Amino acid sequence: MTPELFFGLYVFILAGFVGYGVIGNVPPLLHTPLMAFTNAISGISLVGSIVIAGAEYNNFSTILGFIAVLAATINVVGGFLITDRMLKMFRKKPGGNS
Amino acid sequence: MNPTIELLYLIGSVLFVMGLRGLGHPESARRGVILSEFGMAFAVAGTLLHPHIVTYKWIAIAAVIGSGIGIAMSALIPMTKMPERIALSHAFGGLAAALVGVVEFYNHGHHLDHIKAGAISFEVLFGGLTFTGSLIAFGKLQGIVPGRNITYKFQNQSNIVVFLLTVAMMVTVTMDPSQSVVFYCMMFVAFLLGVLLVIPIGGADMPVVVALLNSYAGLAASATGFALGNNVLIIAGALDGASGFILSVVMSRAMNRSFANVLFGAFGSAGDSPAAVADSEGKEVREASVGDAAMLLSGATKVIVVPGYGMAVAQAQHAVRELGEKLEENGVQVSYCIHPVAGRMPGHMNVLLAEANVPYDQLFELDEINDEFQHADVALVVGANDTVNPAAKHNESSPIYGMPVANCDLAGACIVLKRSMNAGFAGIENELFTSENTVMTFGDAKVTLESIIENLI
Repeated sequence: MTPELFFGLYVFILAGFVGYGVIGNVPPLLHTPLMAFTNAISGISLVGSIVIAGAEYNNFSTILGFIAVLAATINVVGGFLITDRMLKMFRKKPGGNS
Repeated sequence: MNPTIELLYLIGSVLFVMGLRGLGHPESARRGVILSEFGMAFAVAGTLLHPHIVTYKWIAIAAVIGSGIGIAMSALIPMTKMPERIALSHAFGGLAAALVGVVEFYNHGHHLDHIKAGAISFEVLFGGLTFTGSLIAFGKLQGIVPGRNITYKFQNQSNIVVFLLTVAMMVTVTMDPSQSVVFYCMMFVAFLLGVLLVIPIGGADMPVVVALLNSYAGLAASATGFALGNNVLIIAGALDGASGFILSVVMSRAMNRSFANVLFGAFGSAGDSPAAVADSEGKEVREASVGDAAMLLSGATKVIVVPGYGMAVAQAQHAVRELGEKLEENGVQVSYCIHPVAGRMPGHMNVLLAEANVPYDQLFELDEINDEFQHADVALVVGANDTVNPAAKHNESSPIYGMPVANCDLAGACIVLKRSMNAGFAGIENELFTSENTVMTFGDAKVTLESIIENLI
């Protein structure tokens, strides 16, 4: 058990609680946009893949890194765009006031 | 530790949380998305400063192609294909995480400490099974893989064996990171496990599966963070994992079933029990013409529409909206009752109706509106079945007993639009269809609705 692991566990568990609290507030109305949105955020794997694709450790790593960046970018770009496209459709009744 | 990079990661993480918070209300949701986009930009900018990067060539090419595909996919995909699209992007997320793990192991396998090796194994295991599992889910939704629950003898037993085998391999690699053969075997078994876990699960249980895979993709990303000592990965992964977890709990609860039951219980087989069928024997379905249905609706003052997966299949959401508007013009109060598991993913019906321009303040959650049915003159069921079956309320022998259902049986009258008399996903008779208050109009929901609109007085 290293201090680094403990530090990581703190971050993970506390972030999990924050996520639980924040996402618990998302109304069922928006559950599909929520999924698309977290898809985009899961594109954070980009952070790991970018280093691998650019570090030229060896060909194997570069190819896998390339595919990983590709897949993660599709998620980030596609995820954010489609979330916004969906959210744009949710509108109130014109003149309604609830 | 580079302070600039860490600072950018910190800003990114905060923006992710703020963005998710925005999703708490439709009014603030788009702003939330923009905040998170900035968060992602900060995180990526930080990563580009990483000292290991010697060339940006491959990163740039992959990013350009990926963006192109991402833009095309999000612009062209119709809203009815949203479950497929979500399942597919879980596959990409899992794949990216798994590949990063494989490369880390390939390059540093012999120098890894136990913790890093464990994190990488976890990452590859969850990333791998998310990848293949999501592809199968996509295939089922798309109809490439049969959507019914596929079962075979000793299925659960063999799955448990495969799962334990994977865990054993994970432990082995953690204890002795030089075991590269075990590591690569584990990767393949993880891919296999994804297929085995999802293939038995039927189409209507997809909301839970899709939510669960969302959670797995997040956990894989978090594990990547542990392997790389990267906090923004840990945080974003944890947020993602929490979201998927909450959604799967909501979905399971809406079906009155436990996780374990969704994942390991073959649902359809329970419907064969004679007790479940016996109730409606000897009762007849009353069929109503389009004109009769239009007459009923015209005479109503309060109508509740209950959409189900059938509406998505028939792409009838625009016709539903048109009918709703026509009725409102005639002074009828129209609202929509959205069951949490209606459709093939969480929130499916909401998105379809929003696309068709139904204002979101007319869309009500089941709990909010279920007491209103008794005051409604007509409940209009469009392609829903198990979610409106009153047997869930009183027939203890019914396989769906205890599941929350829409109280369509309490409305003054109930019009059911349905393609045919086939049983729903659960394979059980629906006593709502034979109830005295109910009339059924058969045919394609979209066509039927359009002719009802023409027949309105």
